[in-house]
Amino acid sequence: MSQHTKRSVCARNRTVFLSFFTSNTPLCPTASSTRTASALPLRGKVLTVDTMNANVKKVDYAVRGPIVQRAVQIEKELKEGVKKPFEEVIKANIGDAHAMGQRPITFFRQVIALCTYPQLLDDNKFPEDAKNRARRILQSCGGNSIGAYTTSQGIDCVRHDVASYIQRRDGGIPSDPDNIYLTTGASDGIVTILKLLTAGEGRTRTGVMISIPQYPLYSASIAELGAVQINYYLNEEKCWSLDISELQRSLHAAREHCNPRVLCIINPGNPTGQVQSRQCIEDVIRFAAKENLFLMADEVYQDNVYAEGCEFHSFKKVLFEMGPEYSSKVELASFHSTSKCYMGECGFRGGYMEVINMDPEVKAQLTKLVSVRLCPPAPGQALMDLVVNSPQPGEPSYQTFMKERTAVLSALAEKAKLTEEILNTVPGISCNPVQGAMYSFPRITLPERAINEAKAKGQAPDMFYCMKLLEESGICLVPGSGFGQREGTYHFRMTILPPTDKLKIMLNKLKEFHQKFTQQYS
Amino acid sequence: KDSRVDDTSAGRLDGKMREKTLTMDTLNPQVKAVEYAVRGPIVLKAGEIERYLEEGGTKPFSEVIKANIGDAHAMGQQPITFLRQVVALCTFPELMDSPSFPEDAKWRARRILQGCGGHSLGSYSASPGVECIRKDIAAYIEQRDEGVPSDWENIYLTTGASDGIMTILRLLVSGKDSSRTGVMIPIPQYPLYSAAISEMDAVQVNYYLDEDNCWALDINELHRAYQAAKQHCQPRVICIINPGNPTGQVQSKKCIEEVLHFAYEENLFVMSDEVYQDNVYAPDCQFHSFKKVLYEMGPEYFSSVELVSFHSTSKGYTGECGFRGGYMEVINMDPEVKAQLVKLLSVRLCPPLAGQAAMDVIVNPPQPEEHTFKQFHQEKSSVLGALAEKAKLTEQILNAVPGIKCNPVQGAMYAFPRIFIPPKAVEEAKALGMQPDMLYCLRLLEETGICVVPGSGFGQKDRTYHFRMTILPSIEKLNVLLGKVRDFHISFLKEYSGLE
Repeated sequence: MSQHTKRSVCARNRTVFLSFFTSNTPLCPTASSTRTASALPLRGKVLTVDTMNANVKKVDYAVRGPIVQRAVQIEKELKEGVKKPFEEVIKANIGDAHAMGQRPITFFRQVIALCTYPQLLDDNKFPEDAKNRARRILQSCGGNSIGAYTTSQGIDCVRHDVASYIQRRDGGIPSDPDNIYLTTGASDGIVTILKLLTAGEGRTRTGVMISIPQYPLYSASIAELGAVQINYYLNEEKCWSLDISELQRSLHAAREHCNPRVLCIINPGNPTGQVQSRQCIEDVIRFAAKENLFLMADEVYQDNVYAEGCEFHSFKKVLFEMGPEYSSKVELASFHSTSKCYMGECGFRGGYMEVINMDPEVKAQLTKLVSVRLCPPAPGQALMDLVVNSPQPGEPSYQTFMKERTAVLSALAEKAKLTEEILNTVPGISCNPVQGAMYSFPRITLPERAINEAKAKGQAPDMFYCMKLLEESGICLVPGSGFGQREGTYHFRMTILPPTDKLKIMLNKLKEFHQKFTQQYS
Repeated sequence: KDSRVDDTSAGRLDGKMREKTLTMDTLNPQVKAVEYAVRGPIVLKAGEIERYLEEGGTKPFSEVIKANIGDAHAMGQQPITFLRQVVALCTFPELMDSPSFPEDAKWRARRILQGCGGHSLGSYSASPGVECIRKDIAAYIEQRDEGVPSDWENIYLTTGASDGIMTILRLLVSGKDSSRTGVMIPIPQYPLYSAAISEMDAVQVNYYLDEDNCWALDINELHRAYQAAKQHCQPRVICIINPGNPTGQVQSKKCIEEVLHFAYEENLFVMSDEVYQDNVYAPDCQFHSFKKVLYEMGPEYFSSVELVSFHSTSKGYTGECGFRGGYMEVINMDPEVKAQLVKLLSVRLCPPLAGQAAMDVIVNPPQPEEHTFKQFHQEKSSVLGALAEKAKLTEQILNAVPGIKCNPVQGAMYAFPRIFIPPKAVEEAKALGMQPDMLYCLRLLEETGICVVPGSGFGQKDRTYHFRMTILPSIEKLNVLLGKVRDFHISFLKEYSGLE
């Protein structure tokens, strides 16, 4: 119904409405609020769910979706003294380490504080290595202030440091600072690249290959950009590894209705936690090369590798080790962030991307596009500098730094193992090893009756499960349907971030709940 | 010809003749359409020249003066001490034990941290922002608007104002062909708007500010633009920048009323970009928030006009561009749409916490009864006083140049003088395939090292030419800059006047 028609419908209703005007209830569905009897025309809103951007409506982001909204509501109720079967809500829905009690790395915060308030450079409680890094960063900032806009690509010396880091990490394979773009978290870079890639119409519309299960930033961005989502299923039976035959299948099916142009891969994986083998990465690169796909490698968990026998292999490194036939051709963008690993500095919104083999004219377009938003937050850029340029042996802060870093990573490794172990003792829950990242994504068996009840409510069965879990135990997880999963299977994603004691409690409550739920619905 | 099919098949055959997947032909055409002059070609050229000078090259000048961008700190303005103290305390709470930080700063920092997950600036906040900061912003707005109520749940923290502006535009852009969303923007405008419109493939609907009337908004012009636009699109939103960028005008209350009435009549969503609300210099001008004026127009307007107002940490007297802090207040938004907005924001998790903290200090600054007030007030007055002085100086000097006419810089941070470009120069520019004011600005850059942005980057009436310069360099440097502009302009006129 056009806005004009709505208004005339409303006008017709006006005589009826006027008799109700004192009760403040608008009859016209699009009327905004109370009306006086002063005969001003009834107004529909300009911006309604009917007139808004249709693509935005298609966007979903489960990590902060309905279940989390309910969790926040429950927290408020608890605060107001409402009685519940639990005392607190445990938010195991989001990869936010500090929120769950993880401490920041002292050195990083020292440097950022020094950059923020350079008067502290005269304070002898700050170590010299922190001061040197702060001075270096500030010298590279306009007016020597982190309050200045930086260049849109990011502070020069930081990009240089990022390039050096990548080079060291990748055993000497050169990295050009000019290919480095600092970003507002990795999400920013990922969305920007997807924007560049989205083109065409109908059958030629850009198709984006994404793993199922995936981190729903990808599906959300694809929906908003109006690109075509192409699912390739990770193999749950094989620790969530990637099957090239599955990539092939999905690509060929997709070619029927869109133009597949990009392949996204998250390694280590989110939500699945798998760390892909080197062979697998080579196979993916070969596949992308053959099928002319732009590769997007989301590597934000590159320092979160726990399992014996697993190792992080950067896509860039593998690409270059495959020789010039691949390394000079395959278009690759790799993403990193300050939010994960051992730093957990989510709130700083720091990140970078390295673009390899991008067409120079397109690169100029990329630079132009990021210039409209001026620059990523300078504190986040400074933080990224420290991640890639951390204390070295011999420097005053080295020992403390290593101690803190090791403590965080080993705690995570311990919790990864603990989570897998406990969940696997629950009949009806099957948990793949948490090889890396920060989550477990166990498979849950749901009784037929529960599935039917969920469907009758119009709810995904694992949402139904997670909602009950939340209401009965205060544990907030995200249903697997928010990430994607094979038809007829159900999962949830929980983080391994709560402190070990709380994690144990949580896992045991989960165990109890699952058993009770299974009994209740069999 | 479907080049993509060819690419793929060539790729599949032997890998030798493969073209890239992502080329200018396959790139998102909307991205190609985007322009952002403030960091555009002239600034790239300035960067090249800077590097050339650094490497020892010689030019008729020893430094490039970047008067292209509203970045106060880059031009030597100092941060507000108190703000940096609070943010430093939030960043490194161990400093709470330091005697060199005032108690006023500490309690603010504690309060902010208490609102953060795990009491750390490193946690994601809720997507609309830290609750206590939203509440502080609402209180600030209420005080600023002399009691007009502000609901903290209508406040959203953003990554700079640009982020909020783009998010709201994303919600609004819909329809196809003649029902495609039209976005009314002032000409001249800040090119974030035109860039966003291009990227989203919305329809740009220009309404011209009145240069002869100090860049005031003319309601008749709004009507004209609207009626003309209705022929080919669905105008849904009107954007206003007040105080203006690049023009610096501070709209009168009457003007704002007229705009709101117009929006009410024509059912337009109003976006008011008020990031320069603290930058008002002309003694006969005053900032009137759109929200306040709307309220004063009575309940029929106040309860129905959909309005979003934007603010930022980047301007004002704090100049904290690098923190990417900002907020928007959303008035009369349909509740279902609001839920969609929250959902959209959640995908990007949250704005940077340091920026949120900076914004909190701006809306919750030292009060007269606090110890830190004296220094804070001194610093703030000093910054604003210097800007007011520089605004006047700029207007005066430029108006003394034959062939340059500069409207009063009533507010914001820029001058947007009109420049007379001789016909011969116009021809030369056209022959080179560039805008005449771009030619002018490039020559200015090459001969004096001064980087300003051509008016064509902001929009202007046909056959008029302008440039935008900031008033941010120090007074000394500004005097030098203005002197050089004067000398350059005079010699440019001579060169192209046809006198051999």
